[in-house]
Amino acid sequence: MADRHSRSADVSTGGPGVTSSHARPAGATASTGVLDGQPGGNAPVPPDFRINGGGLGGGGSLPRRKGFGAESMFRGLTLAAGTMVLVIIVAITVFLIAKAVPALRADDANFLTETDWFANDSPPRFGIAALAFGTVVSAVIALVVAVPIALGIALYLSHYAHQRIATTLGFLIDLLAAVPSVVFGLWGVIVFVEPVRDFSVWLNKYFSWIPLFGGDGPFGRSLMLGGLVLAIMVLPIITSLSREVFMQTPTANEEAALALGSTKWEMIRTAVLPYGRPGVIASVMLGLGRALGETIALAMTLGFINEISPNIIKNGGNTIAANIANGFGEAGEIGRGALIASGLVLFTITLVVNMIARAIIYRRREFTESAA
Amino acid sequence: MAKRVEATGVTAYYGSFKAIDNINLRVEPKTVTALIGPSGCGKSTFLRSINRMHEVLPGARVEGSLTVDDENIYDKDVDVTAVRRMIGMVFQRPNPFPTMSIFDNVVAGLKLNGVRRKSVLQDAAEKALRSANLWDEVKDRLGKPGAGLSGGQQQRLCIARTIAVEPQVVLMDEPCSALDPISTLAIEDLMFKLKDKYTIIIVTHNMQQAARVSDRTAFFSIERTGDPGRLIEHDSTQKIFSNPSQKKTEDYITGRFG
Repeated sequence: MADRHSRSADVSTGGPGVTSSHARPAGATASTGVLDGQPGGNAPVPPDFRINGGGLGGGGSLPRRKGFGAESMFRGLTLAAGTMVLVIIVAITVFLIAKAVPALRADDANFLTETDWFANDSPPRFGIAALAFGTVVSAVIALVVAVPIALGIALYLSHYAHQRIATTLGFLIDLLAAVPSVVFGLWGVIVFVEPVRDFSVWLNKYFSWIPLFGGDGPFGRSLMLGGLVLAIMVLPIITSLSREVFMQTPTANEEAALALGSTKWEMIRTAVLPYGRPGVIASVMLGLGRALGETIALAMTLGFINEISPNIIKNGGNTIAANIANGFGEAGEIGRGALIASGLVLFTITLVVNMIARAIIYRRREFTESAA
Repeated sequence: MAKRVEATGVTAYYGSFKAIDNINLRVEPKTVTALIGPSGCGKSTFLRSINRMHEVLPGARVEGSLTVDDENIYDKDVDVTAVRRMIGMVFQRPNPFPTMSIFDNVVAGLKLNGVRRKSVLQDAAEKALRSANLWDEVKDRLGKPGAGLSGGQQQRLCIARTIAVEPQVVLMDEPCSALDPISTLAIEDLMFKLKDKYTIIIVTHNMQQAARVSDRTAFFSIERTGDPGRLIEHDSTQKIFSNPSQKKTEDYITGRFG
């Protein structure tokens, strides 16, 4: 603040007005104290900011650049904050690998292909195959169900609903995102399991020729139940992000489509969806990340049978995260290491998903810049 | 290919605010009519009510009758999308679809109307781009994004997109206000050419432009802020700019007001 005061003093005395920490050609660009310290600090200033005479733009000789000041301190702080992220990521990875390696050495089966998880037996036999399968399948079910509904809600909120309804409904959707996952788990295993069981029985009765819905029960606490609960959990993420993207569609493009004689739905297909596509993909990726990592809701709803089966309605299914939550309590030394190894696999899967999402968001940024 | 537009008692509202009041205006086929007047006088509102784009905004509505060759486009059973296909519009800022190639931009309107045959689309695209004086500049890069063109080219692309569906009337809402003088000249040349086939109504703030391109000029004005815009005078462009019958028009075109 003292810095700024001294600058305004410069103005009133007509002394050298170039800011102390930026060397800039005198009088080339007027500058306000507010903008200083940002890269955009040399943005053009409206005429009324220009004070007659030398003004903020200078006049007189240029002061030298400071060796150390608020600028370099802030720079150091941000650098430290940035580095910390890297340190944490590396620390987690090192921890996971260090704990996992001994357990993997002791594993009597092939970790990548084995479906069973008997990490506390001797010799221990465990593998990630069934868990990874369950993780991916439940997440895929969640997305298949959630994405169309979420996009429908997002389009309704951004282009169809009355302002007041959109605000209220948008708030409720955000509220849904705030419900703790353990509550979803409880609701899923106590309440939601009933209709899902009835639905599974019905599917099995008429569609048992499709491998997905075959078998002869019991039904209910299945990958489908887990996937549907996950769908409800990722719905708000996809909805609110997609809605944001859809609302950013330039009015000019929407009007262009309407003026060509398109109906509202045709306008959405011509202008809104193509414009929002990269953002929607990114939001789906974020939802997928959430679904892959979800622990407690699946630990409560799944039936825990480690097997790779195309059947999604019979009791069973297990995921990496749910297996960790359920097995950590009674795990021994090797057992813990084995769980950590599975965590490493999950970490890898989510990392890849996040990187894809980042890449898409980045591409979108380039795209909007070129479009503007 | 061109139709007569006749507005009778057109009054437009934004919610409870009356933007234009009782506009009566007749536009003959294959002419260019310029709408001029100070900012906020309702020129654009009137223009947008000619192809029913005004009502797109929430709370906006239009009263009165607007006929195109004696057909009232505000009749209850008229399909609004058909109206907009018949009366094309070019906007103030070039607005090509950013995700589409040059080719896809031009044929967007045809695709919306269900034209799928590749050969038909190609012919229509070439014809529209030629009419818009853009073909030679883009014929080698039809697959490139439309947003990558210069501002003037983008605006001609938007004109090509508008005339590709072969409308009867073309509305232009300050089509040159975001363009440099050379691009502006290119668009003005284009308007002379398009006049042979279309009825053109253009809103402009540039009085030299109105004098250059239009056959007839309509002057809109408001008493003071908050009042609805009214049509003050409508006559041949030559008369308006040399010997207007209204004092207000004279004040405006000589720069004493607005």
